[in-house]
Amino acid sequence: MDWTAFVLSLELAAVTLLILVPAGMLLARWLAFGRFFAKPLIEAAVALPLVLPPTVLGFYLLELFGAGSPIAWLWQDLFGGPLAFTFSGLVAASLVVNLPFAVHPVQRAFEAIDPDIREAAASCGMTPLRAFLRVELPLAAPGMVTAAALTFAHTLGEFGVVLMVGGAIPGETRTIAIAIYDRVQAFDEAAAGRMATLLLAISVATMAAAMLFGRGWGSRN
Amino acid sequence: MARSDRSGLRVALRQDQPIGLSVELTCACGELLALVGPSGSGKTSILRAITGTLRVRAGYVGVDGEVWFDSERGIFVPPHRRRVGIVFQSYALFPHMTARANVEMALGHLPRRERGERARELLARVHLQGLEERKPGQLSGGQRQRVAVARALAREPAVLLLDEPFSAVDKATRERLYREIATLRRDLGMPIVLVTHDLDEARMLADRMTILHRGRTLQTGTPAEIVARPATAEVARLVGLRNLFRSRVLRHEPERGRTILAFAGRELETSYDPRFAAGEEVDWVIPDGSILLHRRDRPSRGERENPLSGRIGELLDLGPNTLATLLLDGTHGIRLHFSLPVHVARRNGLAVGVAASVSLLADGIHLLAKDG
Repeated sequence: MDWTAFVLSLELAAVTLLILVPAGMLLARWLAFGRFFAKPLIEAAVALPLVLPPTVLGFYLLELFGAGSPIAWLWQDLFGGPLAFTFSGLVAASLVVNLPFAVHPVQRAFEAIDPDIREAAASCGMTPLRAFLRVELPLAAPGMVTAAALTFAHTLGEFGVVLMVGGAIPGETRTIAIAIYDRVQAFDEAAAGRMATLLLAISVATMAAAMLFGRGWGSRN
Repeated sequence: MARSDRSGLRVALRQDQPIGLSVELTCACGELLALVGPSGSGKTSILRAITGTLRVRAGYVGVDGEVWFDSERGIFVPPHRRRVGIVFQSYALFPHMTARANVEMALGHLPRRERGERARELLARVHLQGLEERKPGQLSGGQRQRVAVARALAREPAVLLLDEPFSAVDKATRERLYREIATLRRDLGMPIVLVTHDLDEARMLADRMTILHRGRTLQTGTPAEIVARPATAEVARLVGLRNLFRSRVLRHEPERGRTILAFAGRELETSYDPRFAAGEEVDWVIPDGSILLHRRDRPSRGERENPLSGRIGELLDLGPNTLATLLLDGTHGIRLHFSLPVHVARRNGLAVGVAASVSLLADGIHLLAKDG
């Protein structure tokens, strides 16, 4: 059992979750309520990680993060280190890969709010911020829980992009999914099996918790 | 709430795109104005322009001296700062909150500790004592609507808007709500705008009504005025007047107070109306109530007003009334529509195909400028 890889995966999932759930929620709200020319293009870009092979996505991200790219140069300037083959690079890749999981359920939830309800909030004298906090956010909460569960579970299990962008540096970029692959390559099926079972259990528990929460929320309303 | 200027609501809206609007309306304090028109006539756009969720290109919205929108002076008050109470067709209650919390959301102007008590009072006023802690999903349609009314009133609005609030409840509940709205408006003293596509509802509740079509306000007046004296043939059609005809003015007889039209091969007397010259074509309407059936068992004695004869084309009993269509003799199927109590129709032996004659009361005939 590669506990270092397991902890690294949990850290990656947690950091991704903390950044992506609020950011994805804001993006989702903008896409749900905004009306602008480039909306279909942005929606397509958000959905892209779902259909692109992880190796292709990983390749472009590696190009983007690699030495000599403007992003790598900026990162170097700000934080004094490289982006490719580091934990930070892994987080950045993870944010891109999980974008559709963090945005779609929340966007659907915002879109499902009756426009009259938002107008009613305004005519109750609620400022846009108060209407967002007291009305929109609670109504979009089930979507956010689904988004969080999907993002968490998917980050734990992500393999292709992580391998492309991070390699498999123990303690830095070697996640549990890569550790399983390595164990299989080394014919250590017992270790691979233990890690796979753990990953399966966590994923099932996460999704089940999200479903239960969503149902509880639905019945309370 | 004491306010120096109680001039009521004034709305003027003009734009070509994206929704064409040409709207002028006023509603005094304590008055109930009905906006009546078919779907797509711009009723909801007007409400949204008043609440501020629709920003119209040009116009003015003001209540009691407060200006909410004035395109010339560049004034646009955001929706949450306009004191508007609105009851939506869907009620639009916050589904995750109790009835009390829904009302409290509109009590932001009160100190926090007073809100719960005030919300309870408002819910009691709409007869919802004991249901304060229920969520909208646990209330009936009528109860939800009362919560929506309580919430709309909570803010002490300068104007109350009702957007087809009766369309989603059953008939018995609707009639009870009509009575409650009638009672509430007596106590409130603010301008109330009711949007409806139901003419009968407008007639029953409104002091005045404005007829809307394709984003334009066509006519404003009391329901009785509009039905008796529609401004145009379009209004006449929209308020369901079926007896709309076109004739030529033959002459005026001001000394008798009469204008004479040519209709169905004879002369038709109407009230003196010098707006139209002899020889001019005009449209004219006559409400059902100004067409009187002659008794079929008693022959005519002497002159009757505008007598016309024909055969009954259709008969339809609708509740206590019979709707009849008379196909006029000597014309190519000109139809007069009139209604009479069922027992009168029976006593006169009215049946499809029988001969009958009617009088058109001259004072009931209203002349209109020719449409199109």
